[in-house]
Formats: sequence, structure tokens, C-alpha cells
Amino acid sequence: MSGPFLELKNLKISFPTDDGVVHSVDGLSFSLERGKTLGIVGESGSGKSVTSLGILGLHNKRNADVSGEIWLDGDELIRAEPERVRKLRGNKMAMIFQDPLSSMHPYYSVGHQIVEAYRVHHNVSKKVARKHAIDMLGKVGIPQPDRRVDDYPHQFSGGMRQRAMIAMALVNDPQLLIADEPTTALDVTVQAQILDLMHKLQEEFNSALIIITHDLGVVAELADDVLVMYGGKCIEYGTASTIFERPEHPYTWGLLGSMPRIDRPNLDRLVPIPGLPPSLINLPSGCAFHPRCAYEPRTAGLGKTVAPELVPAGGSKHLVRCHLPTEERQRIWLEEVKPKLEAQ
Amino acid sequence: MITYIIRRLFAAIVLLFIVSAATFAIFYLVPRLVGATPETLATRYVGRAATPETVGLIAHKLGFYDPIWVQYGRWVKAIFVGADYNIGTSVEHCPAPCFGYSFITHQPVWPDLLNRIPVTLSLAVGAAVLWVFFGVSTGVLSALRRGSLLDRTAMSFSLAGVSLPIFFTGMVGLLVFSYKLQWTAPGGTYTPFTENPGKWFYALLLPWCVLAVQFSAQYARLTRAGMLETLGEDYIRTARAKGLRERDVNVRHGLRAALTPLLTIFGLDFGLLIGGAVLTEAVFSLPGLGKYAYDAITNNDLPKVLGVTMMAAFFVVVANLIVDLLYAVVDPRVRLG
Amino acid sequence: MIRKTRVLVAATAVLALGLTAACGGGDDDSTTNTSAAKPEFNAAMTKVYNPSDKKGGTIRLANSGDWDTLDPGETYYGYSWNFLRLYGRSLLTYKVEPGAAGNELTPDLAEGLGVPSDAGKTWTYKIRSGIKYEDGTVIKSADVKYAVLRSIDKETFPNGPAYFEQFLNLPAGYKGPYKSKGVNTDSAITTPDDTTIVFHLKVPFGGFDYLAALSQTVPVPEAKDTGANYKQHVVSSGPYMFDQNNLGKDFSLKRNPNWDAATDPIRKALPDRYEVSLNVNADDIDNRLLSGDLDIDVVGTGVQPAALGRVVGDPALKAESDNPVLARLWYTSINGTVAPLDNINCRKAIEYAADRTGYQTAYGGPLAGGDIATTLMPPLIPGYQKFDLYPAGADNTGDTAKAKEALTACGHPDGFETNIAYRAERPKEKATAESLQQSLARVGIKLTLKPYPQGDYFSAYAGNPPFVKANKIGLNTNGWGADWNDGFGFLSQIVDSRVIRETGGSSNTSVRDPDVDKMLDAAIAETDTAKREAMWGPIDKKVMEDAYILPGVYAKSLLIRPKKLTNVFISQAYNMYDYAALGVA
Repeated sequence: MSGPFLELKNLKISFPTDDGVVHSVDGLSFSLERGKTLGIVGESGSGKSVTSLGILGLHNKRNADVSGEIWLDGDELIRAEPERVRKLRGNKMAMIFQDPLSSMHPYYSVGHQIVEAYRVHHNVSKKVARKHAIDMLGKVGIPQPDRRVDDYPHQFSGGMRQRAMIAMALVNDPQLLIADEPTTALDVTVQAQILDLMHKLQEEFNSALIIITHDLGVVAELADDVLVMYGGKCIEYGTASTIFERPEHPYTWGLLGSMPRIDRPNLDRLVPIPGLPPSLINLPSGCAFHPRCAYEPRTAGLGKTVAPELVPAGGSKHLVRCHLPTEERQRIWLEEVKPKLEAQ
Repeated sequence: MITYIIRRLFAAIVLLFIVSAATFAIFYLVPRLVGATPETLATRYVGRAATPETVGLIAHKLGFYDPIWVQYGRWVKAIFVGADYNIGTSVEHCPAPCFGYSFITHQPVWPDLLNRIPVTLSLAVGAAVLWVFFGVSTGVLSALRRGSLLDRTAMSFSLAGVSLPIFFTGMVGLLVFSYKLQWTAPGGTYTPFTENPGKWFYALLLPWCVLAVQFSAQYARLTRAGMLETLGEDYIRTARAKGLRERDVNVRHGLRAALTPLLTIFGLDFGLLIGGAVLTEAVFSLPGLGKYAYDAITNNDLPKVLGVTMMAAFFVVVANLIVDLLYAVVDPRVRLG
Repeated sequence: MIRKTRVLVAATAVLALGLTAACGGGDDDSTTNTSAAKPEFNAAMTKVYNPSDKKGGTIRLANSGDWDTLDPGETYYGYSWNFLRLYGRSLLTYKVEPGAAGNELTPDLAEGLGVPSDAGKTWTYKIRSGIKYEDGTVIKSADVKYAVLRSIDKETFPNGPAYFEQFLNLPAGYKGPYKSKGVNTDSAITTPDDTTIVFHLKVPFGGFDYLAALSQTVPVPEAKDTGANYKQHVVSSGPYMFDQNNLGKDFSLKRNPNWDAATDPIRKALPDRYEVSLNVNADDIDNRLLSGDLDIDVVGTGVQPAALGRVVGDPALKAESDNPVLARLWYTSINGTVAPLDNINCRKAIEYAADRTGYQTAYGGPLAGGDIATTLMPPLIPGYQKFDLYPAGADNTGDTAKAKEALTACGHPDGFETNIAYRAERPKEKATAESLQQSLARVGIKLTLKPYPQGDYFSAYAGNPPFVKANKIGLNTNGWGADWNDGFGFLSQIVDSRVIRETGGSSNTSVRDPDVDKMLDAAIAETDTAKREAMWGPIDKKVMEDAYILPGVYAKSLLIRPKKLTNVFISQAYNMYDYAALGVA
């Protein structure tokens, strides 16, 4: 096995619409090894979900243009036969969705849906599959799984439902698991449990885990590496500790600033990032973030006109897409941003 | 579940009473508003040469001199305990349920109704099988190939099917297929299934197709819309993410969910159809409930009108109930009561 | 809504027919004609079309509505009387022959025509011996007496003709054999022996033979009489008996094994079966007739407007149709109780000003509507005299000059206003009212159209004298067809002032002339047929002189001739194909 387990090279996904072409993902590259967790962070519309659907090959060829390369354990997925990708889906790579109530079919029992997921990829009898499903439900921490296996999704509480969804995704021991906002629809207390569960299962199966979220708190818990997306591009990438301790992109600073943290002294006001996410049809010229960037004036007009490239930054395997020089960025972080965050 | 059914049936009975009372009221009160008397009412049921004495006799015989609630009470009573009817040479007992005697043919209404149900049922069931099959499959295919030539053609045809009235398609159908090409049976040649299944089928073939054309158009559009909506749901995305074949995604996950609202509509359509496929039966001269209703209304024959109205209302009510029950069976989220 | 549905059905049928006619052509129709005769328009009017003595086959008939009733004691439609001769034998019937002979009475159950005595108050008939019902029982004169008496029970049989109770000298308060059980009715009918029956009338009636020809004299076996249910199985005295009878749906006749051809000089009884479907869509009937899938439209009043256009426009189809004149007059009553129509000259103004061609067009033109009428009695009625008291000009559009003269004479030189009533459900009557509105407006007579429901048109509206006066109904559309073709049958109900009741209900809404009444009484009593027939014409003329009626058209109908039948001809008694004559090719 040469090369990383999962590698994206210059992934571009766009959707032609009547209003124009939507560039959801614009040249995304990253890699991930088994047993490691990558957190993809960004606002809504930054392209994170589109990326994950792209990895699984769930975009309709008729309305999406997908280009670039996606390598999964030696297989390139974008140019592969759809049937081949289908066999990997739910099997080698699986996905957990945000809202388990709407993501599960209301007419079939949870057990039926898990059994279905299993029998797509394994030629076994319903009885055998059912036993497997019950095992899985137990593993994700659902009490009395042999009774609850015939319940319908609406008969579960939110947290239990998400566990069931996780069970369904993991029933085929996937090597790559993508979790798209797995805790957003859940209570805070339940969130923690789910995150623990996912961590535990990842260790058990040694799967590669991608967590997509807008919540940095979730990322802090689980991620080894963090990728920040904005306007369809990666604007900062690094280890979790790098991103949290030495971030170098103004957007990341903004994200950190708008994140509520219990360990900070004053929980007065959160500082949101001013402005709105950019339109993916008409991205701002130059740096996509420039209209909202407080430091744009310090780029001597480059921010407005030239799109910045992804360049190495301070930490190990740290990449940043910004016109400001590294020293400048580090200085701003240490002197201006970080103190404010700690004073909050 | 049982208590729910009982409650619904009880409500149905109340409804049937209300419908019958309303029919009674319309029949008697409306002419009274324009100054009708028992005699003028009775003139419809006597011949051209009726003397005033005859008119009075008939007005008396048909009960027009009694107050409305007495007449209504008599009718209701007959349903439960039967009634006696003087046929001249003897007195005939009309056993419960007795829906009275026709004002015009002086024959009991209930046997007529029983006689005609199989005809309308034959028409409705046969057409339903056709239209559900063709309508739903066309709708599904159109949804899956949205925007394609197939989709556009199918939807154009269905627009035509929904827009063209049945007496047009029926008459043209008869002209072309029965009289010019001699492929299908001419109108008015219905044979009961028990008498000759082959002829029964032959006589109903064209009416089935004509009726099915109209409904399948509607169902194609509904199925297409339902499918498109369902296919946009999150659980479809999950199904695909599990690696299911596209066919299984579309049918087991998509169609299954898209069909439930169609179920309600089908139940109502079918219930209404049994109550009276009036136009179809009139065009093809099928001796069913719809034609019966049409003739009864044209002839102002109250007992027949009441009988057929009750029957139609009953079928609609039952259809509604079955649909609601089925919905609970099909969709586990629905709780009855 | 129902009416509208019919109109819509007709309209779309026209469209549909137009479409298919454009891409079809009528060649198929003439090749399905399996008879040997050459089709020609009106070929069956006065001679037998496709004569044959071939036995066997099934005749297929259809009725666009329900049969009024199969019970001979109660049925009151010409087509039903025509058809009844297949399963019932009345004392007399009409000759089964084409042309004027078809209007003549001939003995059927009886041996000869009635013998009057006591100046026409008593009529005696001798019944043929040995005629049997379908079950083999011999028919006796008591059966005929019973049949007539039961028909008098109008509570059980409200729809039938009421001539017998009008003329027979029945005991007071007699209600028929069911209700007046055991009452002695010898004052009305006596049966001195099994083959003789004598009728005793209240007043002399010269035309009693016509009553003897009514279906009410078809014998009914008392033991098998089931009152209102008798129509479920009428016991046959004719060449055919009921095989299956599904009331309201269909019925069939098969041969009566106990019918003896030797006793029946009238009927050939060629077919083996008759099959009748009821409640068949009217336009569908026409289509099936044209394609040969059906033999007879049994009601016999003509094709629907959709088929009419098709037949008239296609010479091949027209050659397979017949256009009989009916014994029916469409007319407009001129009510003298509404001013200024109490003045005879105002009424005459209407007679002169009316556009006769417009009237004819309103009814469907010369082929389907009828011939322009100048008298009350249609030419078919024996005793018809041709006259025209109010000539309407060379083009029959009315004489406005004479009309204006009449207006001046009645004191309204510039015209006047009044209302015209018509039956709302009848488009032809509406068209008539509109046509009159236009033609009379030329001389200043303004008409306002007033539609009324046909159900109680006579009982509550146009035929109700207080209503007419109160609502100033000066004119009302009307129509009359005789129960049988003679002056009494035609005139008595529409010109006798004594049938007009204050409570309404008579067809006569306008004729009130005591002289006419006297002339009627004299004619009714006259037992000499020739003399009697000569008396109707003057009555007709007198009513026309009174200008109480504006005649419109003598009705005609267009019938599609059956393609697969033999011995096809129009019966002048029923003005449709003679059902007793038909055979199968």
C-alpha cells in the first residue's frame, strides 16, 4: 500500500444552474491515513458536504461536474465505473448524516435498514444479517438491542437514533467513515456521548474518520488534523494543535473568536465574523475572504485582485492561503488576536 | 384499532342519515318553494291522460299528503324492518333493507341496486387495475428520466387525458374501435360475468380503457410529482450511501414513500367511481349504479335517487375508512384515533 | 345538468362524427346491407322493402330509455303498442300492410269488426275460438273483460289511457277488480258466452272500434295476474312469449309454442327471437344502426341531431333512411283569456304575421322537423281537409300587410306586447319562441320569452288558466299526437273547451268555442265511419277561423332503415316501421 489511504488531488465540483455555475469545491487537496481523524470546518456553503458526497460518488453526473482525483486505497474513484464505486459505498467507505430522523426511511424498521445495508454487500440470509444488526446496535450502546431492532426510527430518541445511524454506517466495517455534522441535531450532553462513541469505534476498527462540522468544539475533541474551508477552497490546513494554538488565517481567527469556551474567564460577548458567506456563483475577486477580512488593507491591494495560493505556514504540515507574509500573520496572532480571545 | 373502526362506522351511519335527509329535503322542499302541491308533484308519475282523480290517487299512494318527516320516517323505518306494498292483486312484503318502490316502475329499489353493483364494480375494478398500473409506471419512469423526451411526451399525453372529457373519448372510442374497426363491443352489450366471462370482458374492454386513460393521466402526474419530491428526501441519499442499486433506491425507498399519498387519492377516486361512473355508464350504456342514478334523477324518481345516493355515500365512506386504515398500516408513524 | 350533458354528448358526437366522417367515408355501411333490395330514400314508405318469407333469425332492438311498461293494461306509447302485437292480441288491430291500408282496423282476437247497436251505445265482438295463451289455456271473452276492467284501476296502473273509464257504463265508484272485488260490472261489459263480449257505453261513441284496438283489450288470465308485477312476466297471447325479462335492462322474446298460425291471418311470425336492450345511449343507437350492429331503434321517433346531419349529408346513408310523416302537430296556442287576444282580429294578426318557414326551421327543417301546417289535423288523419285560412305568402314567411290590417281592426295598429311560454327543456320549442319573437316583431307585436319546466307545464303553467291570466301568457308552444289516427283521437283533447279545468292539466289551453263543442259531440256519436270522417274537417276549420291555434308543422321523423331485415315498411298507424311484419334476411 503506497501512498496515503485517502488522497484528494485538486478536486473540483461545480453545478451548472440557470443563474450561473456554482463552484462548490474549487481545487481541494488533502490526504488521510487509517486510524486518523480529519476535521473539515467551515460555514454553510463552504463546500464541506459537497466534498464528502463527492468522495462517496453521490453526485448526479447529470447536474454536477466533478474533476480531479480521489484515491481510496489505490483506487481512483472519479474515473472509476459507477458499479465499482457502488460496491465500495456503504462497504469500504460509509457516511453518517446530520439529521438521523430524516435520513432514515420512516416506513422500515431500524433493524430492516441495517440488515439492508449489510445484505447489499454480503450474500447472507436475513437471519444472519439480523443477528449482525443486533450486535451492531449493542455495540453503539443501544440498550436491549434485540427488542429495539424492530422499532421504527420515529420511536427512538434523538441520541439513540444517531447511534442507530452510526450502527448502520459501520455494519460493514468501513475503512473510511465520513460523519457530516453528526452532532448538530443533538443535545449538548448527547453530543459528547456520540463523539465518545465515534472515537471508540474508530480505534476499534482503525478506520479513517472525516468529521465535517462548523463546530470547532467538536473538532477539538476528535480531530488529529484540521482543514478549514472557505468559498470552496482550503484556506488553512494543519494539525489540530497547530490550528488551535498557532492559526495563521484571519478566517480561522474569526472562527476561534466566535466559539464559546468554558475555559475562558469572561463569557461576555462572542465576536462573530462580520459579513456573509460568499456567493459561490460570483465569488469576490482576488481572495474570496477579502470583503470580510479586517487585515485586507495590509495586503496593499493584493487581497482584492489576486487569488492567494496555498503556501506553507508556521507549524508542521501547516498550509495557509493568505497574502499576508507568515511573520506578519504570526505577529498578528500573538499580539492582536490571541490576547483578545483570552480576555473574552 | 377496533374502537377506532367502530367509531368511524358510527360516524358513517350518522352521515348517511344526514345525506338521506338532505336528499329528501331537496326533493320535497325545493318544489314547495316554487309553489308545488302534492298534486303537481304527482303529475310526474301519471300518464298523459290522467284525470284529477287519478292524480289525487297517486299523490295519496306515494305519500305526498303526509308531512315530510312522516314520509322520511316511513322510509327510514322500511330500511330496518321492511314495508308492505300493494301491487293490486295482493300485498307484497318488501323485506329489510327496504329502500322503497320506484315511483315510476313500482318495483322495489333494493334488488335493483344489488343488481347494478356488480356492473359498476366490474367497471371500476378493471379500470382501476389498468390505470394504477399504467399511471404509476409512467409516472415513475417520467420522474426518473425527468426532462427527457419520454418525460415530456408522457406528460403531454396525460395533460390531454386529463383534459378531454370522458364523453368525448368514450364516443370517439366507440366510433373508431367498435363501429369502424369492429375491435371492441358496441355500447349496451354488457353481459354479467356469471353468464359469460368472455362476453363480459369483451363488453368492458373499451370502457375500461377509456376510463383508465383519464385516470392514469392523473395518476402519472401525481406519481411523477410524488416521486420527484420523495427522491429529494434525505433517506434516499442515505440509501444510495449504503451502496444500494439505483433500482432498489427508486423502488424500495422512493416509490414506496411516494405511493402513500396516492393511496389516499386512489381510495377516494375508487369510492366515488363506484358511487357513480355516470358519464362512462351513460356513454357505453352500462346498466350500473351511475346510469341508474342518471335515469332516476331525470325521471324525478325519489326512491331510486335515495337508494343510489345512499349506496354511493356508503361506498365513499367505506373507501375513506379503508384508506385511513391502510395508511396506518403502510406508514408506521401514523397513529389512528 | 343532465340536459346539458345530453346536449354536450350530442355536440361532441357531432364533432367526433365529423372527424371520423372526414377520414372514413360511409362505404362500409352500404356493404353491410345483406338484403337483396336496392336501398333508396323512402323506399319503405309505401311499399314492402325487401320482401321475404324466410323464417328464423334474431331481431335486435334498443330503447334509449326504459320501456314505459310491458303490461298491456297500462302501456301508453305508440311504439309499445306496435311491439305488443308480438306478444299480445287485442280485439282489433291495424292491418300489417304498407300505405293507407296500415291505418285500417282489422280483427285480431275478434273475428270481425265491432257490431254497434242501440245507436252506438252498445258494441258487440265475437272472439275467435281456440286461441291459446303461452301455457296452453284457451282464451275466453271473460279474459278480455278482466283485462279491460283491471286497466281501470288507476291507482295500480296510473299511466295508461283512460278511455274505457270515460265511455263504459261502469257502476258508480268502481275502482277495478282488485279494490272493488265482486262488484257486478255487467252494466259496462257482459260476456254472454265464452266467445262473445259486449260493451255498454254511457254515451254513443261511433269510433269505439278504435278503443277495441287498444292494448287494454289484450286478454289477461285472472289466475296469473300479479297486478303491478304482471309486467315481470306478461302471459302471451301472440306468436312470441317472454324468454328473459330484466326490467330496466333488457328482455327477449322467443316463439310461443301455443300460437296457432291458422288462427292468425295477420302475422307471419318469421323471426325466432327478439332481443331488446333498454336504456342505451341514444347516439350510440344511431351509430349501431348505421354500422348494422342493431336493427331497430324501437322508440321510432327518429335519429338524434348528430346522426341526422350525417345521414342527410351522405347520399349513400340517406338512401338507407325513411322519412315518415307523423300524426303529430307542433303548434302554438293563442290564449283568448289574455288581452288583447280576446279580440279575434288580434289573434288573426298573429296568424298572418308568423313566419312559417322559421317555425319549420326551428323544428329541424323539412326533413327532420316536418311539413308546414295550415290545418290542425295532419294529412294522415282520415277526414283531413286541406285549407289555408291565413296564407303566408309565396315563401311562407308570413303576410305582414294582412297582419297589419288585422291589428288595425282590433285597435292596436302599432302592435302590442305579450308573453310566450315554452318548455325549457325543449330546444326546438325555444327556437320556435325565438322565431315567433322575430317574425311578429315585424308588425310590432313584442313577445317576451318565458320558459317553464316541462314536468308541470300543463298542470301549473301554460295549461293552468289562472296562471295564464295572471302572468299574461298570450302564447304558449304546444304539440299533440293522436292516440290513434282519427279525428276524435286527434281533436277532442285539444279543441274541446270542456277539457279545460281551472286546476290545470289539459293540453287544450286556448280553444273555447261552444259551437266547436257541439260539432264534436255530433261527430263522436256518428256511427257511420264515412259520415263521421267527413265531420272532422269542418271542426278543424272552425277552430282555425277562431284563430285560437297557430299551426306549426306536421311532424316528421327520419328513421334509419334496418340493413339485415326483411319486409320492412312504415306502418301508417304507428308512423314507424311495422314491428309485426319484420323478418330476418
